[in-house]
Amino acid sequence: MNFLKRQAIQAQQNSTSTAVSRRTFLQAVGAGGGLLIGSGFLAGSASVTAAEAAVTAKDAPVFNAFIKITPDSKVTMVVKHLDMGQGVSTGLAAIVAEELDASWEQMDWEFAPADGNRYNNLFWGKTQGTGGSSSIANSWVQLREAGAAARAMLVAAAADQWKVPEKEISVSQGVVTHGERRAVFGELVAKAALLPAPQNPTLKNPKDFHIIGKKIPRKDSIAKTNGTAVYTQDIQFPGMLTALVAYPPQVHGKVKKLDASKAKAAPGVTAVVEIPRGVAVVAKNFWAAQQARKLLTIEWDLSACEMRGSEELFNDCHAAAKKSGQVAKNVGDASAALAKAAHIVSAEYELPFLAHTPIEPLNCVIKLEKDQCELWYACQMPTADQQQVAEATGLKIAQVKINTLYAGGSFGRRACSNDYVVDAVEIAKQLPGRAIKMLWTREDEILNAFYRPMAVHHLRGAVTEDGQILAWQHHAVAQSLFPGANLDGSIVEGISDMHYKVPNLQVEGTEMDIKIPVLWWRSVGHSGNAFVVETFVDQLAKAAKKDPVIFRRELLADTPRGLGVLNLVAEKSAWGKPLPKGVTRGIAVHKSFGTWVAQVAEVRVKDDGSFNVERVVCAVDCGVAINPDVIRAQMEGGIGMGLSAALGEAITLKKGVVEQTNFHNYPLLRIAAMPKVEVHIVPSAEIPSGVGEPGLPPIAGAVANALFAATGKPATKLPLGNKAIFKVES
Amino acid sequence: MISLTINGKTHELDVDPDMPLLWALRDELHMTGTKLGCGMALCGACTVHMNGSPIRSCSFPISAAAGAKIETIDGINSPAFQAVQQAWRELDVVQCGYCQSGQIMSATALLQTNKKPTDAEIDAAMSGNLCRCATYHRIRGAIHQAADKLGGNA
Repeated sequence: MNFLKRQAIQAQQNSTSTAVSRRTFLQAVGAGGGLLIGSGFLAGSASVTAAEAAVTAKDAPVFNAFIKITPDSKVTMVVKHLDMGQGVSTGLAAIVAEELDASWEQMDWEFAPADGNRYNNLFWGKTQGTGGSSSIANSWVQLREAGAAARAMLVAAAADQWKVPEKEISVSQGVVTHGERRAVFGELVAKAALLPAPQNPTLKNPKDFHIIGKKIPRKDSIAKTNGTAVYTQDIQFPGMLTALVAYPPQVHGKVKKLDASKAKAAPGVTAVVEIPRGVAVVAKNFWAAQQARKLLTIEWDLSACEMRGSEELFNDCHAAAKKSGQVAKNVGDASAALAKAAHIVSAEYELPFLAHTPIEPLNCVIKLEKDQCELWYACQMPTADQQQVAEATGLKIAQVKINTLYAGGSFGRRACSNDYVVDAVEIAKQLPGRAIKMLWTREDEILNAFYRPMAVHHLRGAVTEDGQILAWQHHAVAQSLFPGANLDGSIVEGISDMHYKVPNLQVEGTEMDIKIPVLWWRSVGHSGNAFVVETFVDQLAKAAKKDPVIFRRELLADTPRGLGVLNLVAEKSAWGKPLPKGVTRGIAVHKSFGTWVAQVAEVRVKDDGSFNVERVVCAVDCGVAINPDVIRAQMEGGIGMGLSAALGEAITLKKGVVEQTNFHNYPLLRIAAMPKVEVHIVPSAEIPSGVGEPGLPPIAGAVANALFAATGKPATKLPLGNKAIFKVES
Repeated sequence: MISLTINGKTHELDVDPDMPLLWALRDELHMTGTKLGCGMALCGACTVHMNGSPIRSCSFPISAAAGAKIETIDGINSPAFQAVQQAWRELDVVQCGYCQSGQIMSATALLQTNKKPTDAEIDAAMSGNLCRCATYHRIRGAIHQAADKLGGNA
């Protein structure tokens, strides 16, 4: 995976850490701590060229890289991140609207073009992209400054026009006022946009926020409820062709022998072309391409493919876990402490491969011409993708134009497009000048998914006689997202950096060599590691004869924000109060991407052993809550997706072949299994951190801990398996 | 030639009668509000109404839809739909939004036949619609709110 490697190298260069992970990658540029100050809206405005300003000044004066205002007073906010459902178009626009003192109704937005100088993620150097729950966090100061600068320019224009001092002018709800005089933004933009942008615009006192922290409607709700929101699949051009690719039954397979004669003769087929990863059928529409694809006869060379099944792979992981790994954390002397312990708690965990399965199967629209390649798709990493397309086509980076569209979900999958986008390029290279829509079916998507790595964890721990944790020894074994000399930090994230006070802690990691492509899956290593840590904490709490909340409270005594979410969730869930017969509670607390989340799950175990998760109470501390309703939505969604994985998702292999093909054998959570969810946000003045991922990690542990409370049996394997509630009502 | 009546308008299509309705809508008629999710009637992203009932258009040959009254997210406008759409917006149900055309069509069909559904009835009627963003909690809430708004007059 060139793309991941490239990013890993960049992360290594920027990081002082010995372990490379996405987290360190995301934090790499921020390691110096200065990234949020003076951070870039001016660099953006400086890069608005004179010619560009002249062209756009008539219709939409450009205030800086992020703000355009038209004479009708519409404010268009340029969104440098991909909105894949996490609501970032609303969140980023809210920051600008706040400092601009615009009304929410006059705010509009558009996706930014690929431009690493103007629209880079400030945590990632010159890379433009979305991930690691960083969109709000990296944009916070940048967009406040952009909004405040544009406001100052509007005020300066009004002062000049009215011949009054700037400080006597006020702005509210998109109206600039001085005494009896008033002007809407549109009346001032022609003059204001030509004024110099202030170097250090004054930011608002947070107590004056009137948009941030309030419930405001999502900006994408209307288009997404009337069928007009445009996704890649919806792009139509005259004469456009549809391409489907026949892929080998296993990743890394190659075409050995192809007979395309029947497919070529099928109705509606324009061409059958071989590409490095398979055979593409290009036709006038989807149906023709799909029918013709079935007519291909292909013999595959599968000699480079993984040949082990899931059971063998787990056995190999367990064998590795019994040996020593690379040390990720060593505090005190866990081995010595355990040697003296009266009673040792031990556990062996197994976590499966998981698929992202966004409901929109991956796709890409492309048109390649002699000196330009234009693409339309839900692009999550514009600068890396642009480079990748340039490399694949031989064009210059500036000749690759990416038009970003809504993503029908990503969950990490679209952060690496070196397969499906490159496939589209390879098809386009053989049909230059034609607009081509390459679509994946669900089967293509599951077969070619980059999975969340499977993992095995071996743990040993002990408590003292007075119920304190004495020692914790942990060996995590998984496939690396960043194969290389250093341990991939995602294997041990949330473990080696756990906030629980453990006097003797030893964490080791081992990377497995498995020829199955893997990738970040919503919350990455945290997705499984939080389950392991939180269920093991409950086992230790039981050994210590302590209530799980009280036990955690002691372990988090020095961690105020951790304690904050723990205490809030305990209070709101009425922890310790009686429950109806058959219902038990379980708790889990986890920090990821700078955000603390605690969840209490209420689970009803039925007589037949199946169970329902009836209610989840969630407390979150993500710093300043910019849009509380979007935060709640992300917690609800993280809980639902985490529950889906906890209950029923697993990609399994038989002799190297993925056994799942579609939603009948890769069952996602359905509405009947969705619990009632209550989200409580800790009031905070801290710098905002992300919410797209942190809602997911705790839920599996919270549910498993409720089952542990009910049955006394610790859960150590995911999925927990509960077929009854996945049954589709017909 | 196959004659399809979609959102009140009749279209004559000269296509393979086995072509699923979804692809007739999307590729032939350029009505793109209805989405592909699984191609096997497992996820509900392609839900449309045929004579008022929800069907999965990805697995429904157009020959079987000939002569029927088809409604899609692009043109449906019943009081139940309007109430559902409004509730969806008031509660900001959507996240990525891709499955929501299908969710809204299933919810509309439910309220057209059941004026005051319980949680269990909602879960049963919506069980064929997957949402990977897991907006289910709000979907339930929005259907209740739409039912209240309709006041039993769906």
